Amino acid sequence: MRNIFLFLRRYSNLILFLLLQGFSIYLIVHYSRYHNAVFSKTSNQVTGKINQQYNRITSYFRLKKTNDSLVAANEKLYNTLKADFNFPDTTSKFIIDSLKVDSLEKFRKYRYYPAKVVYNSVASQNNFIVLGRGASQNIKQGMGVIDPNSGVVGVVTEVSAGYAVVMSLLHKDSHLSGKLLKGGETGTLNWDGKTPNIISLTGIPKGTKVAKGDTIISSGFSTSIPKGMMMGMIDEVKSDKSTNNHLIKFKTAANFYNIEFVYVIENLQSEEIKAILEKEKQKTQ
Amino acid sequence: MNLFVKNIIRFSLFILVQVFVLDNIHLHQMVTPYVYFLFIIWLPFRMGRTQQMLLAFALGFAMDSFRHHPGFHTAACVLIAYIRPFLINLLIPQEGADSNYEEPSFKSLGGILPYLVFIGVLTFIHHGWLFLLEAWQFGNIWYFLVKTMLTTLLSLFLIIIAEMLFTRQQKFKTNTV
Repeated sequence: MRNIFLFLRRYSNLILFLLLQGFSIYLIVHYSRYHNAVFSKTSNQVTGKINQQYNRITSYFRLKKTNDSLVAANEKLYNTLKADFNFPDTTSKFIIDSLKVDSLEKFRKYRYYPAKVVYNSVASQNNFIVLGRGASQNIKQGMGVIDPNSGVVGVVTEVSAGYAVVMSLLHKDSHLSGKLLKGGETGTLNWDGKTPNIISLTGIPKGTKVAKGDTIISSGFSTSIPKGMMMGMIDEVKSDKSTNNHLIKFKTAANFYNIEFVYVIENLQSEEIKAILEKEKQKTQ
Repeated sequence: MNLFVKNIIRFSLFILVQVFVLDNIHLHQMVTPYVYFLFIIWLPFRMGRTQQMLLAFALGFAMDSFRHHPGFHTAACVLIAYIRPFLINLLIPQEGADSNYEEPSFKSLGGILPYLVFIGVLTFIHHGWLFLLEAWQFGNIWYFLVKTMLTTLLSLFLIIIAEMLFTRQQKFKTNTV
């Protein structure tokens, strides 16, 4: 017994060192399970406050760019207005069925909330964006995030009372599904952790026709991001010798370097979809 | 100034400068300098090793909570805090020099070269361990080596500039041995 105490006293520093190292590596490995813990919520609240103060100053320097992108988004919306289209055929009447559009809430599938970016990173291998809007302003885990020009940004992973953390496309665990606009083939997005704004799309078989400049859109298979949001334009196509797939690299539609405002998308029917899936799972077990 | 107050100010200043100034630098989308661990390098000679490691843990944890993925900086900081006393023992010029001065600097380590070796080795170990932990999940050895070397050079450059800009007044304490 005495020897054990002597050993502990002699190597106390080494033991403490190993304990602390072990704890940090545990945090790295078990992050996804850990991130719901209470601690993480309070620390998000603190760092979010500091980030917001800093953002108040720096956002002024980017006002011009922000304005330009909002003007572009507005232009796009104006051009889709029904009132701007002419219907020369007088025999057919154009009627909007207002009942289905908005008077009954349950038909609505997606709702958009604007949010301001208070912190953004592109340099590390796991990048996050912090939004100045949280659980008390209707943000929940798993909601999709797009930029003003409907380019996909990421998915909300953590929420505190006033802030939300978004796992951006530039994160090694971010595997959304993307779709070729032309052919309709679906693949998975992966980021190699090196160049921001360049992401690879895997799982597209060699038989499909793919060319540089083709558009990739979101598939709408996940409950978080609606179908048809811009993901990016193909930058490079190679054939992978080891598998039967193309190696596709594409440039993201959202520019992660200067994101200022984003829209968070709530899927009002996601609960229903999840409930069915859960039922199906129980049946097969 | 009181040692305690001085270190609290340093701690928060280093974190803020790192997060809001240096993290915005991405040379060739690869190199981001890290300077915040200068806090650990500048800790007093007399501080116990247990305290040093716990402080390093707190520093790394504060840094990580801005990154929203805890662990990486914590591990790197704890590692250099553990190695620091060994390095000081190797590099300190004569017996008792560490009680004549308060903390490591050009003067107290007896010249420019020993101090450069001191910060160089610690910076390299910090960056190497940090990028190794990140690279585990990617596994490209050349990318890792080049990134570590270039980042170490840039960080060292910034640390030397910081040392020259903010000269710390170090009193020579006699009759303390």
